Amino acid sequence: MSNLAPLDTIRHVETPEGITLSLRVAGPVARALAWGVDSLIKYGVLWGLLMVLMLLGGAGLGLWLVALFLTEWFYPVLFEVYADGATPGKKVFGLQVVHANGTSVDWPAALIRNLLRAVDFLPAFHGFGVVAMLVSRDFQRLGDLAAGTMVIHRQPPAPSPALPPGLALPPPWPLTPTEQQWLIGFAERGPTLNPERQAELAELLAGLTGGLRGIVAVERLRAYARWLLGEQP
Amino acid sequence: MKQHPFEQRRTAGWQAFAAALDRLERRKGDKTAAPLPVAEFPAAYRQLCQQLAIARVRRYSGPLLDRLNQLALRAYQQLYRAPRRRGRAVLHFLVADFPRRVRADARLFWLCAALFYLPLLGMGWAVHQAPELIHSLLPPEMVAEIESHYAPGQGEVNRDAADDLAMFGYYVHNNIGIGFRTFAGGLLLGVGAAFVLVLNGLLIGAISGYLTARGTIETFYTFVAGHGAFELTGIVLAGVAGLKLGWAVAAPGRSSRTEALRRAAAEGVRLIVGVAVLLVLAAFIEAFWSSNRAIPAAIKYAVGAAGWLLVVFYLSRAGRRAP
Repeated sequence: MSNLAPLDTIRHVETPEGITLSLRVAGPVARALAWGVDSLIKYGVLWGLLMVLMLLGGAGLGLWLVALFLTEWFYPVLFEVYADGATPGKKVFGLQVVHANGTSVDWPAALIRNLLRAVDFLPAFHGFGVVAMLVSRDFQRLGDLAAGTMVIHRQPPAPSPALPPGLALPPPWPLTPTEQQWLIGFAERGPTLNPERQAELAELLAGLTGGLRGIVAVERLRAYARWLLGEQP
Repeated sequence: MKQHPFEQRRTAGWQAFAAALDRLERRKGDKTAAPLPVAEFPAAYRQLCQQLAIARVRRYSGPLLDRLNQLALRAYQQLYRAPRRRGRAVLHFLVADFPRRVRADARLFWLCAALFYLPLLGMGWAVHQAPELIHSLLPPEMVAEIESHYAPGQGEVNRDAADDLAMFGYYVHNNIGIGFRTFAGGLLLGVGAAFVLVLNGLLIGAISGYLTARGTIETFYTFVAGHGAFELTGIVLAGVAGLKLGWAVAAPGRSSRTEALRRAAAEGVRLIVGVAVLLVLAAFIEAFWSSNRAIPAAIKYAVGAAGWLLVVFYLSRAGRRAP
């Protein structure tokens, strides 16, 4: 059981300090939403600029075309290099572009992944990009594959509320570290389940709870968890 | 040691560390904790790595591990970020690195030049012999528009500085956009890049042949002479950058396809930056010099020839000597 790699989107990179960091790779939906927000911002700004520059006639048109060119190609590049790998849209959804080794993107990588967007966009609606994301291991579109980058979730999911205070009891016999982790996990994540389901799960550990039933069994497991976390009995 | 005492003993340190990170990332964070001095940052980071390793071995709970992992990741990104490019690096790229890279890809350069200039010359000769052939490439309205654009005596009167600026914007947006798309299109096994080269060769050849056959020689060639060297070379080099990608995907050699693509993209992107510089220069000349019909033809041709000499000398000689 413990030999199987968990089925999730976490990637591990080893740092020079000899520890592994976990990165949570972001999928197509979060990235498409971020792209949508970025598009709204880009075209909103360009539209506003057009309204102002039209007052200047031909010269204004020329300046606007330069602005259009810069926005189309360099808006994501500049934000990814100078704003910790996140365009405003990515920031809204807590995404970040990083190299495959977890470090922030530099100029060449940001340029490659955003110039190659022109191919990811083909044949329509980012078709190649989405297909590449679905078949590659780390949801990389073609630009990401060529640049050696990926998009990760910057923030871990919101932590569950802390264990409510209460009784702390030592378990009836020593538990292995993995068993301890499971017990603490159950106690901390319990509030995300309904009481009936919590009781059902707790009753499965009849040996540990001494055959207690219902909410009493749940409370007993919580007490063990508090003790394991270091609270005094 | 159990989890809660471990956490309580170190929370203050983690908060100071997080505040230092907020400051390094220039974001507004928790203002209550005093940030760590930057000089102590690396040591504090190594300490955090050790605490994360201990927390993992002791199987502390998920939220704590997530929190430490996130802190360590942010610090890792700050500590191992690539140095920012300085002005010197940009200058070195322009005077030495870019032409060196072009010479390193000489064979691909000649291939792309052939893909561009052979259709150009062939189509130019064919359309010169039989001008109606241009209709196989361009719709009649467009041919009429091109013809009136280069008709002698046209355009001199109504064009002013504002129009020049508008055309500059148009050339930047259009031509450099095509250059970037040529690079990207190379990823499709080189087909996209080769297509752009051949198509542009055919179009430019057809228009030149047609206008030559119709006798609007001076207005056309004085217009294209000035920026031709930079623009045509820029198109060919964009093709080189694109074909590098296609070649890496089609024939990765002993590397994996992804690895070959990453290496080719790292080289290609540096070529495409040079292409963008060439095309900005071309757009500038085209908008503000080529369009000026008050300048005598002899000067325009001389400047055009000087442009070619400059490009050939730059690409073949610049950066030969070690700095």
